[in-house]
Amino acid sequence: MKIVVCLKQVPHSDARLDINGDGTWIQEDNLKFEINSYDTYALEEALRIKDAGEAEVVVVSIGPDRVTQALRTALGMGADRAVHVNDSAVEGSDALGIAKVLAAIVKAESPDLVVTGLMSDDGNFSAVPPMIAELCDMPSATSVLKVDGANGSLTVERELEGGAMEVVELPKPCLLAVQTGLNQVRYASLKGIMAAKKKPIDVKTAADLGVGDQVGAGAAKVRMEKVYQPPKGEGAELLEGSTDDVVGSLMNKVKELGLL
Amino acid sequence: MADFQGVDFLRLDELLSEEEKLARESVREFVSKEFLPRIQEHVRQDGSFPMELVAPMAELGLFGANLHGWGCAGMNNVAYGLVMQELERGDSGLRSFASVQGSLVMYPIHSYGSDAQKDRWLPALQSGQAIGCFGLTEPDFGSHITAMRTKAERRGDTWLLNGTKRWITNGTLAEVAVIWASTDDGIRGFLVERGTPGFEARDIKGKFSLRASVTSELFLRDVEVPESSRLPKAEGMRGPLSCLTQARYGIAWGALGAAMACYDEALEYSKERIVAGGPLAGKQLTQQKLVEMLAEITKGQLVAWRVGRIKDEGNLDFAMVSLAKRNNVDVALRIAREARDLLGANGIVDDYQSMRHMMNLETVRTYEGTHDVHTLILGEKITGLRAL
Repeated sequence: MKIVVCLKQVPHSDARLDINGDGTWIQEDNLKFEINSYDTYALEEALRIKDAGEAEVVVVSIGPDRVTQALRTALGMGADRAVHVNDSAVEGSDALGIAKVLAAIVKAESPDLVVTGLMSDDGNFSAVPPMIAELCDMPSATSVLKVDGANGSLTVERELEGGAMEVVELPKPCLLAVQTGLNQVRYASLKGIMAAKKKPIDVKTAADLGVGDQVGAGAAKVRMEKVYQPPKGEGAELLEGSTDDVVGSLMNKVKELGLL
Repeated sequence: MADFQGVDFLRLDELLSEEEKLARESVREFVSKEFLPRIQEHVRQDGSFPMELVAPMAELGLFGANLHGWGCAGMNNVAYGLVMQELERGDSGLRSFASVQGSLVMYPIHSYGSDAQKDRWLPALQSGQAIGCFGLTEPDFGSHITAMRTKAERRGDTWLLNGTKRWITNGTLAEVAVIWASTDDGIRGFLVERGTPGFEARDIKGKFSLRASVTSELFLRDVEVPESSRLPKAEGMRGPLSCLTQARYGIAWGALGAAMACYDEALEYSKERIVAGGPLAGKQLTQQKLVEMLAEITKGQLVAWRVGRIKDEGNLDFAMVSLAKRNNVDVALRIAREARDLLGANGIVDDYQSMRHMMNLETVRTYEGTHDVHTLILGEKITGLRAL
């Protein structure tokens, strides 16, 4: 069994974010990065399937040199090998461009299962996983909270709105985009980190994958126009005085606005 | 509070390899997510360690991380040091647990043990299935090892051990104790198992420091152990002293972790705390304190890093470790006190960590060679004259 896990390196959740000079993205210099939280659950799910039987786990990521650290962490956690698309031509791609790169890798690897996070902590599109599935002509399930029977067809539980769950069955090969919290993600052990040094990271360009002309800002149908901090809201009123005064004026306000 | 992200003013990360940084990040995350949410509860109890973390710590590879074979990670000494830094960023008790297990129990078995001793104990200690302790210090002596009163007498194929050991981390938790005793041929090391008749461990209560750590006293009354339990390659003072060099090296890094935790807490607090119309961090005296902390941490990082690289080259002199331990613990304790001071009244409650580190570091300054003993080791090194 072969499992491909797509992971994205995103700014650390505690990092201070500033908007870049031309207002099209955040300032990435001196920023600390980590593996997208959703993708850590995807990797953990793949590693659990590996632990339960025979499986090769291949982690795949796109991005500059810094992405090596995310891939080494994944290898330290137990993935077997990595593919790193390190190509400035991919910069500026929209979700479809990214999906085309990842789909090209999936096609080349022809795995039994592709596992991704439901969305990325930075972009929040949730678009790439279903696009990969479509491009590879394989069934997919999103918002997955439970995976069963990884060796035959898969039965997965999906989270719906309002706390309802849906159970679906998928034949393999298929793609699962997982929700956070479906497992407890392991730490990269010190022994795993040492072993990761010897595991291969295959570095590729979009051209190597045959999608050189379908990626980058030129091919993108969705362009980032502007990133900005929402303006501070107006109309907030600070009530001052003794507790009784504040409660009195608050009640008056509520009545005035017809909220009660 | 935001996750701790390290202190690296001089871009020292550029001196580190990828696996050194990954090891640090992995342990940092473990400490933030698994250990720190539990510390307050254990500090409020008197001498208790979060035992449920022993198995996850072992899985992470924290026991004997710089040893090779028997399931150990085989990391270099800089990676090992960074791991100790991150553990002590959590608490000195957490780092002590790993230090004792790895440097004071696994290391002597690894270096001086027989093949049978290694095969029996190293996998069990590495995997956390067995906990070990190190019995060197006695009630009446600490630094003066040659005055040791615990005796081992040879009786044919067995040894008879008598004596008392005190200030022993994990004494009552340990399945195996490395006991150092004086014999007619000098100091020798023995592996004494829990339950051996005449061997008893009791906890020391009422500690102001290392409260999230078990500290014990060991009593040996006519404890009979076979010759096969003696560490065959440990002869004389070199045995216990080499273990101490390993542990002291880890402490030199660990103390920096405690210092970083205090600096980070004081920095974040003073930026938020409003005093006389502005943040405390905007006051000159505050800035002076914070800058002193940062400068001492940065210098300490360079010392620890350099000693680690020399250790990996195999050219380490124990006096170098004395300099690193002495300096880094001393600055860490000063930083913890200053941080506590900057936190004002809030600094005396256990919702904040600086005072906990401050109290822990009083122990760290005292154990594994007191500050003064390291001064005299260095004094002898540079003058050639022994003053200890």
